[in-house]
Amino acid sequence: MMRYAPWKIALTLAATLMAVLICVPSMIGPDNRAKLAQFLPSWLPPNAIVLGLDLQGGAHLLYEVDRADIIHTMVGNLRDDLRRELREEKIPISGGVGMSARGVQVRIPDADARARITPKLYNLVRLSAGPGGSGLDVSDTGDGLLKLTLTDAAIKNKIAHAVEQTIEVLNRRVNGLGTTEPNIQREGSDRILVEVPGLKDTDRLKDIVGTTAKLEFRLVAEPGYNPGDVDLLDQTDQPGQLPVEKQVMVQGEDLTDAQPGFDQRTGEPVVNFRFNIRGGQRFGQVTSANVGRPFAIVLDNKVISAPRILGPITGGSGQISGRFTVEQANNLAILLRAGALPAKLTIVEERTVGPGLGQDSIDAGKRAAYWAAALVLTYMLITYGVFGVFANLALMIHISFIFAALVLLRATLTLPGIAGIVLTIGMAVDSNVLIYERIREESHAGRSLISALDAGFKRAFATIVDSNVTMFVVAAILYFLGSGPVRGFAVSLALGILTTIVTAVTMTRMMIALWYRHARPTRLPI
Amino acid sequence: MKLLRLAPENTKFPFMRFRRVSYPFSAVLSIVAVALFLVIGMNFGIDFSGGTMMEVKAKSGSADLSYIRDLSSHLGLGDLEVQGFGTPADASIRFGMQPGGDAAQQAAVEKVKQALGESYDFRAISVVGPRVSSELVQQGTLGVVISIIAVLAYLWFRFEWQFALAAITATMHDLLLTVGFFSITQLEFNTTSIAAILTIVGYSLNETVVVLDRIRENMRKYKKMPTDELIDLSINAVLPRTLMTATTVFLALLSLVIFGGHVIRSFSLAMMWGIFVATYSSIFICSPTLIYLGLRNEGRPVSDEVTGVGGKTGARPLSGV
Repeated sequence: MMRYAPWKIALTLAATLMAVLICVPSMIGPDNRAKLAQFLPSWLPPNAIVLGLDLQGGAHLLYEVDRADIIHTMVGNLRDDLRRELREEKIPISGGVGMSARGVQVRIPDADARARITPKLYNLVRLSAGPGGSGLDVSDTGDGLLKLTLTDAAIKNKIAHAVEQTIEVLNRRVNGLGTTEPNIQREGSDRILVEVPGLKDTDRLKDIVGTTAKLEFRLVAEPGYNPGDVDLLDQTDQPGQLPVEKQVMVQGEDLTDAQPGFDQRTGEPVVNFRFNIRGGQRFGQVTSANVGRPFAIVLDNKVISAPRILGPITGGSGQISGRFTVEQANNLAILLRAGALPAKLTIVEERTVGPGLGQDSIDAGKRAAYWAAALVLTYMLITYGVFGVFANLALMIHISFIFAALVLLRATLTLPGIAGIVLTIGMAVDSNVLIYERIREESHAGRSLISALDAGFKRAFATIVDSNVTMFVVAAILYFLGSGPVRGFAVSLALGILTTIVTAVTMTRMMIALWYRHARPTRLPI
Repeated sequence: MKLLRLAPENTKFPFMRFRRVSYPFSAVLSIVAVALFLVIGMNFGIDFSGGTMMEVKAKSGSADLSYIRDLSSHLGLGDLEVQGFGTPADASIRFGMQPGGDAAQQAAVEKVKQALGESYDFRAISVVGPRVSSELVQQGTLGVVISIIAVLAYLWFRFEWQFALAAITATMHDLLLTVGFFSITQLEFNTTSIAAILTIVGYSLNETVVVLDRIRENMRKYKKMPTDELIDLSINAVLPRTLMTATTVFLALLSLVIFGGHVIRSFSLAMMWGIFVATYSSIFICSPTLIYLGLRNEGRPVSDEVTGVGGKTGARPLSGV
C-alpha cells in the first residue's frame, strides 16, 4: 500500500484545489465576488452557495386552490351551457335546471326530445387531456329526469388546469413586484408553493398573490329595479352596499395594459388601463347607451368606485379611481396586468424569516462550525500526533468537498444543513479513528509497522462502509420525506458520508504512505 | 510528544457481567420513557399541532412580555404562549390553531401584528394550517417507520438474524429514551426533531454495527471462546474507538448547543442525548441481546473441530439465565 503513482497524487491534489476554488466565491461577499469573477477562468462556476430562506430571509407561502370554488364555477358553467343547448335545440323542459354539488339536473317529459338531446349533452364538458372523451355522466332516472354529473376526471382536469393558469398569473404578478429569483411551483395536485427570497414586505406579497383580481364593469341599477337581476355589493371606498346589475358589461380579460398614474385634475393616484379591440368596442357601446348612469368598477365582488358616465368613451382606454394610496394603485395595476386567478387561493402554510434573523442564524452557524472544527482538530492532534495532522488535513479537505458539492449541485444550504455539516465534522473523523485504532491493535498484536498499517486500513474499511451505509439510508429517507430546512440537513449529511470515504480513507492513506516513504519511521507514532 | 489516551491500553472490562444490571435498568428507563410520553406527552411545535409562531424583537428597549401576554384576552386567540429568549429584546409568541380553517390563521396573525404595531420587528412568522400539520405528522411518522424498516432490511441482509435483532433492540431502546428525553425536557418537538431522531437512529446503528462487526470477526477467529468472553473481548477492542468518536461528535454538538443559536438548540440537545444513549446501548444493550437470543459461538459448523471436544470447551450453554 505504501506506493502511490505520482499521477494519483497529482489527481488528488487537483481535486482538492478544485474544491477549494469552487468554495472561494461563497466565502467572500458579493462585491468581492464580482471582482473575483474577472480573474477566475471562465470554466469555474462563479456561483456562491445557495442559501435557504431560513438563512437569507424571505417568504415561503404554500397556497391551495379552492376546490369547492372551482367545482362551483364548473357547475355554474354547466348550467348555463345546458340552458343554451336546450334553447338552441328547442327542447321543452318542465321546471328549471337544478344544481347539485357535483352537477345539474333537468326534467324533459317528452321521450323523443330526451333521446335526441342526450347524446349531445355529453359534449357539454370535454376532457382536454389524454384521449379526451366526455367529462360528464348523464343518467336517466326515469320519469324524464336527466342527471348530469361531472366526473372525477373532469374535475381533476379542471383543477390541474387552474393550477397551471394560477402559476402563470402568479409568475407575472410576483415578477411585477421586482424581486429577485422568486420560485413558484406546483406542489401536489392542488397546491402552489411561492418562495420569494430576501423580501422585507411579506404583507404586500400576500396581497399581490392572494387577490383573485376579477375585474368587472357593471352598471349600477336604476331605482325600481327587479331584485332578481341585481347583486348588492360592498364598496371599498365607502360604507354601505350598492345595487349593481348582474349582467357584466366588460371584463378584466379584455384589458391589454394597466399602469399606475395620477389623476390630472385631483392629483389622486389612479390606474390607467387600455382595452383590446373587443373590449374597447363594447366599452364604447355601453358608455354611449348609458350616458349619465353610474358605472360600477367591481373587483372581486367589491365596488371600487362607481363614476358617472359623462359621455361615450370610445378611445379604448380609461381610468380607475377609488381613493387609492400610491401603493394600492401600484398593486392594482400589477394585478390587472397579470390577469385574474381562475380560483380563490388560501394560505395553508406560511414561513417567513426576516433578513435580520437569517443573518443571525448564519453567524450562529459559522461560530458553531469554527468552534467545532477547532475543538475536533485540537483533540485529534493531541490524541494521534502526526497521524492526527493527517486526519485533520483530510477533515479540512472533506469540508471543502461538501461545500463544493453543494455549490455544484446548486443544493440549498439551510440552518439544519449547517448543523449537518457541524455534525459531520464530528463524525468524519470516525473513519480515521477506526483505521488508527485498528492499526494500533494490529501493531500491538505483533505485526511490523508496515504490515500493521496495511492491515489497519484493510480491516477497518469493511466496518467503515457498513456503518456509513446505515447513516446514508437515513439521510436518503430524510431527503425524500423531509421538506425545506430538513432536506438541507439530509443533503449535507449524505454528502458528508460520501466524501468521508474519499477523504478519510483514500487521502489519509496517501498521506501516510508519503510520510512513510520520507520519514522512514521505525515505530508507530500513535 | 506524549499523546492523549482516553481508554487505557488493553482494557479487559467484563462488560457482559453487567448485563444483569444494565438490562433491567434500561427496561425500567424505557418504560418510564413511554409512561412520560403517555402522561406528560410531548411539547409539539406548530409543525405538528398547527398554529402560529412569531418571533418579535422590540425596536427599542426590551420586550414587554407581560403586555404581550395580556393581548390574548383582548384578541381572543386562546392561549398565547409568550417567552423571552436570547437578548431581552427578543420574544416568541405562539398560539394554537384558530377555529375556522386556514383563512382564520392568517386573520389571527394580522390581529397580533396590528396590536404590537410599530414598536416591534417581526423577525419570523410561521403559520401551519390544520391540513398541513396533519400531513407533517403523517410524513414524520412514515419517515421514522420507513427508516427503521430500511435499516432493518439492510441489517438482515448483512448480518445473521440474531445480530439484526440485537441491533434493532438497541435502536428501539435509543428511540424510546429519546422520546422520553423530549417528554421530560419539554423541548419543542417539530420536523427538525424528527431529523434529530432519525440521525440518532443512524448513529445508534453506526455504533452497533462497529461492535457487531468486531464480534462477527472474532467469532471466525476464536472459534472456541465462550460467547460472553468473546463479546467482552470485542467490545474492549473497539472501546478506544467508541470513546474517541463519541467525544469528537460530542465536541461538535457542544459547539452547536452553545453557539448554534436558538433555532436549532432543541435539535442539538436531542442529538447530544442521542449519542450518549447510543454509545451506552451499543455496549450494554445490543451485545447482551446476542447472548439472550442464544447466539452460540460453536453453533456454526466447524471443520477442524471434533464435535465432542467442541461441546466441552467452547460450548458453555449461554442462554443468559
